[in-house]
Amino acid sequence: MTPSDGPEDPYGSDGSPVPPRSPGSPVPPPPDSRLSVPPLPDSPLPDSRLPDSPLRPVVAGGAVRDRLRDLGLGVRLAVTGGRAGWARTALVALGVGLGVALLFAASSVPHLLDERAKRADARFAGTHARFAPADAPDRKVGRSETTLVLNDTTTEYRGDTVNGRLVRPDGARPPLPPGLSRLPGPGEITVSPALRALLDSPRGALLKERLDRRIVGTIGAAGLLDPGELYYYAGSDTLTEATGGWRTEGFGAPSLQEPADPLLMPLITMVCVVLLVPVIIFIATAVRFGGERRDRGLAALRLVGADIRMTRRIAAGEALFGAGLGLLTGLGLFLAARPLAGGVRLWGVSAFPADLVPGPALAGLIVVAVPVAAVLVTTVALRSVTIDPLGVVRESAAPRRRLWWRLLPPATGVGVLLWIGSVGDVGHEADPIPLALGATLLLGGLTTLLPWLVGAVVRGARRGPVSWQLATRRLQLDSGSAARAVSGITVAVAGAIALQMVFGGMHAEFVEITGRNPARADITVTADYGSAALTRRMAEDFRSTEGVTRVIATTQDYVVRPGAVSERIRPTTSLTIGDCATLRELAALPSCADGDTFVSHYAHDREQNDWIDRTARPGKPIDLNSSSMSEGSEPVLWTLPASTPTVTARKDQLGLGSEGILATPGALDPAMLPESSTGAALRLDPAVPDAEEYLRNAAARIDPTLRVTTFRVVERDRRYASLQSGLLVGGTATMALIAASLLIAQIEQLRERRRALAVLVALGTRRSTLAWSVLWQSAVPVVLGTALSVVGGLTLGTLMLDMLGKPLADGWVFLPFAGTGMAMVTLVTLVSMPPLWRMTRPDGLRAE
Amino acid sequence: MTPAGSLLVADGLRKTYGRTPALDGVSFSIHPGEVVAVMGPSGSGKSTLLHCLAGIVSPDAGTVTYRGRELTGLPDAERSALRRTEFGFVFQFGRLVPELTCVENVALPLRLGGVKRRPAERAALEWLERLEVDTVATQRLGEVSGGQGQRVAVARALATSPRVIFADEPTGALDSLNGERVMELLTRTARATSAAVVLVTHEARVAAYSDREIVVRDGRSHASEFAV
Amino acid sequence: MSIGHTLLGLLESGPRHGYDLKRAFDEQFGHDRPLHYGQVYSTMSRLLKNGLVVVDGVESGGGPERKRYAITDSGITDVAQWLAQPESPDSYLQSTLYTKVVIALLTGRGAAELLDTQRAAHLRRMRELTARKQRGDLADQLICDHALFHLEADLRWLELTAARLDRLAAEVRA
Repeated sequence: MTPSDGPEDPYGSDGSPVPPRSPGSPVPPPPDSRLSVPPLPDSPLPDSRLPDSPLRPVVAGGAVRDRLRDLGLGVRLAVTGGRAGWARTALVALGVGLGVALLFAASSVPHLLDERAKRADARFAGTHARFAPADAPDRKVGRSETTLVLNDTTTEYRGDTVNGRLVRPDGARPPLPPGLSRLPGPGEITVSPALRALLDSPRGALLKERLDRRIVGTIGAAGLLDPGELYYYAGSDTLTEATGGWRTEGFGAPSLQEPADPLLMPLITMVCVVLLVPVIIFIATAVRFGGERRDRGLAALRLVGADIRMTRRIAAGEALFGAGLGLLTGLGLFLAARPLAGGVRLWGVSAFPADLVPGPALAGLIVVAVPVAAVLVTTVALRSVTIDPLGVVRESAAPRRRLWWRLLPPATGVGVLLWIGSVGDVGHEADPIPLALGATLLLGGLTTLLPWLVGAVVRGARRGPVSWQLATRRLQLDSGSAARAVSGITVAVAGAIALQMVFGGMHAEFVEITGRNPARADITVTADYGSAALTRRMAEDFRSTEGVTRVIATTQDYVVRPGAVSERIRPTTSLTIGDCATLRELAALPSCADGDTFVSHYAHDREQNDWIDRTARPGKPIDLNSSSMSEGSEPVLWTLPASTPTVTARKDQLGLGSEGILATPGALDPAMLPESSTGAALRLDPAVPDAEEYLRNAAARIDPTLRVTTFRVVERDRRYASLQSGLLVGGTATMALIAASLLIAQIEQLRERRRALAVLVALGTRRSTLAWSVLWQSAVPVVLGTALSVVGGLTLGTLMLDMLGKPLADGWVFLPFAGTGMAMVTLVTLVSMPPLWRMTRPDGLRAE
Repeated sequence: MTPAGSLLVADGLRKTYGRTPALDGVSFSIHPGEVVAVMGPSGSGKSTLLHCLAGIVSPDAGTVTYRGRELTGLPDAERSALRRTEFGFVFQFGRLVPELTCVENVALPLRLGGVKRRPAERAALEWLERLEVDTVATQRLGEVSGGQGQRVAVARALATSPRVIFADEPTGALDSLNGERVMELLTRTARATSAAVVLVTHEARVAAYSDREIVVRDGRSHASEFAV
Repeated sequence: MSIGHTLLGLLESGPRHGYDLKRAFDEQFGHDRPLHYGQVYSTMSRLLKNGLVVVDGVESGGGPERKRYAITDSGITDVAQWLAQPESPDSYLQSTLYTKVVIALLTGRGAAELLDTQRAAHLRRMRELTARKQRGDLADQLICDHALFHLEADLRWLELTAARLDRLAAEVRA
């Protein structure tokens, strides 16, 4: 015994510490002044002191340390549960990680859009002088050594937009657009990496024909909106301001705030809600991976005397650990996936890895919210454990679920959405917050409804084979976890259905406007200038282009009545110049020769025809410069021949709108028209799949600055289809993720029920009966979840369409999702068969 | 030893789990209507013998013959069918299927044998009445006492009117009063229906409900010379 | 079992003839071995000599002499003392079976066979008792249970001994 062990006083009577005695030395009698000894440091060997009596309850240490101890215990439970414990923690981390990675990606979107906008501004080429004097801010850029003429061109290639610029330096030191080290010369082209890849591939053969130039360089990232952008700069030695170009002295512009499309905001809000709510629910589900077993562990802790708060803290510690690990995993996944961002194109947009930077506020929110959510979910789920520790252990039936409060969130959501009303009009911009709130409540409310629905259905199920009975009874015992596993599917599918309905509605409206109408062109080609030669060449070249069935090529301009007029609006009409063959396409002509003119009237619109006649007065002058009155330039007068007959316009003139004056080139040289433009309206042969591309190539051969505009619905259909398939792919991916978690839950449950399964086998239960019961067990929640999501999705979609004032195009959009859901169930069941076989081996009976 | 008229005969059974020999040449036979106790200390291979006899586990060597049919050669499906129709089981701790109610548990073997739900549950209820546990018919395992659960398990074993009832420590988790009640009901009903009972137990007082006993020690059987 | 104390106890509820005593005893305790009347007679005369009972009256005529016995105060005290005194647990230490096992081992005979035989005998007895218990009333059941528990204890001892025979043999022969 060392002197500091016992109650004997280790001090001398003078209160000074006595040096430690050797074990053999005699013990001096205790001095009677013991009580008066001041409490000095009690031992020269403080480390050798025995701890307080173990029987004494530990009260010291403070609440904070206790809490930390409980949390620590939870962490220890998370990591020391053997292989199963680690597997569970890893599962939670992976699940949370996937969700967090998606959230990080989503939180990068604002920065991404910002960067895109910055790069778009950086390559903007202004026409006005940068350092214009204050008295003439609109002064145009004058020609100098440091200017260049350029023109934006755009073309489409099999549905993808290919933008480009023609550039022609004025001098030796032209400004360089971002991403270029030198300007391409005539016959040369500098292309974006994506365009280069397209041109190099066999897929791009027709486009290569169109952009038939020597590739001399690649545009750097600074000059592109995103890595997938198809963009080019082509050198020209013919481009002038007269042929559509403009002069600039440098690139870059202050950013412009464009007024947002009133429909855009609700749509973006919806997309965000639809994409993010399932992610959040998935995270909440992931936190509960393997939760049943953990609950039992915690209930056991309760049984041995942990109080409710301790249990909560222990569970919170475990959840925090999993969530923390999940955050790290998510960060890792995000960083690992970031370099791949360029390869992903959503709605024709991709991103540079460098653009994918989560906003600091949003990232901070994620980092804080995920662990908090994890703790919250765990605590709520723990209710049953903390209230009744035996209930979990003894597997008694869950209490009946109440419906009314579960109806509140979705009902409130519907209410909020109805309250918002219609938002389609300009100037009535929807406030995104109630919209997001309503949609979130409606979608999230589905997850509160689902457990009730599953519970109600399995309670009512009495009939059916043994496998069905086993499955429904199992679900009765624990409908919550089954519902939890599929709630992610429910929300994701409901959201996807709603979105698709909305897009479908917008698409349907588009079809209504531009349906394949005999009075319209499939495609138009327009130049920014008018030229008789161009008109002729268009007509000739396009007629000989494969797949083109009809061509009307004209030069058009607006002309006005000169001199003083009495009307408030100066009488105006259109002037269309074309050869006789063309004019015959536009109106019913009695006869036609070069040099003739006509006044073309609507078939049945006297008011319109009167208006035309105020300008088109045979034998009277007409001002060919329609802007002479407003901008002070000189009028260009031309007299309409007195012999001009009046004719009636044809209906099938491909939407050119040529009512007014018709003239042959012999009667009027298009060069006289200061603001005219030449264009062609065409019909294509739908049987020739690449007709559009041939036409674009023909147009590019005539002049690369020609604009080709497609009106065909087919193309929109394709775009809509890609959107639809994108949603389907996204929905399927979400479902796959959830199917994986369903599978994990399934296998874990099988493992826990090994003993019961072995008994069933001993009783002679067929394997097929067990297999069916497993199938029912996963099918019931998924089918109900899918049904609920269809109802929820259709509700949300209808509300959104109402709000946007769009018609419902296709009520059956949910079918592919329902089908995918069924496929997932089958897959989960199939995959859980081998473990089922393994676990029903008779060894299970031997377990104890 | 295969006495004539035996219902179930096992000869020279051997079974090894990993490196542990559980059975090392056990022989066994039982007549219709007979109650035979299989006794022996823990780990002596009693349960393994029962699993082999019931066709749940295939022995490494030796034969099990039920009414002249070699059980060990049958495919799993036929052995399962045999267990559904000819055999009944009572395990330690009842081993009821936890998600089913008591009456559904008893009806289960009938339903597995193709009986419709309603008649199966009606018959099950009658069995529960006979075993004096019809009051807990609609309750689940978690809500009934151990003795009640065990009686439900006995009812389940008897429900198909099997020819052989396998009972593995049927009173293992019960106090002596409940245990005796269960044994009494089990043997009385078995005798009334002239079913054979293979009763695995290490308790002499439980074995006393049998007609004779065999002792399994170190994986070998020792039949009593005093067998009646 | 002390027959004297048992008869005294039966007398406490009221005076009885010798024949009545025998009948009451057989009813309560003597299912296996009914009491001989001679045994009752000799016991009662011993009790009479010790002053624990007195003769309450004699009925004569027609058959044997019939004495009516009544318990005395000292008799009542004696019953109380008997009941209050615990039975000696030492009797189990002088087990014939143990002696037999040791002798078998010492003489090189098969102790295992001896134990097996004994187990079979025990079990047979237990079966009889179990069968009787299932037929009988509550008193029967209690008596049978008492025996069954003891037999079971014996059997447990047999199992234990059987499991330790090798060690016992080594020690006995050493």
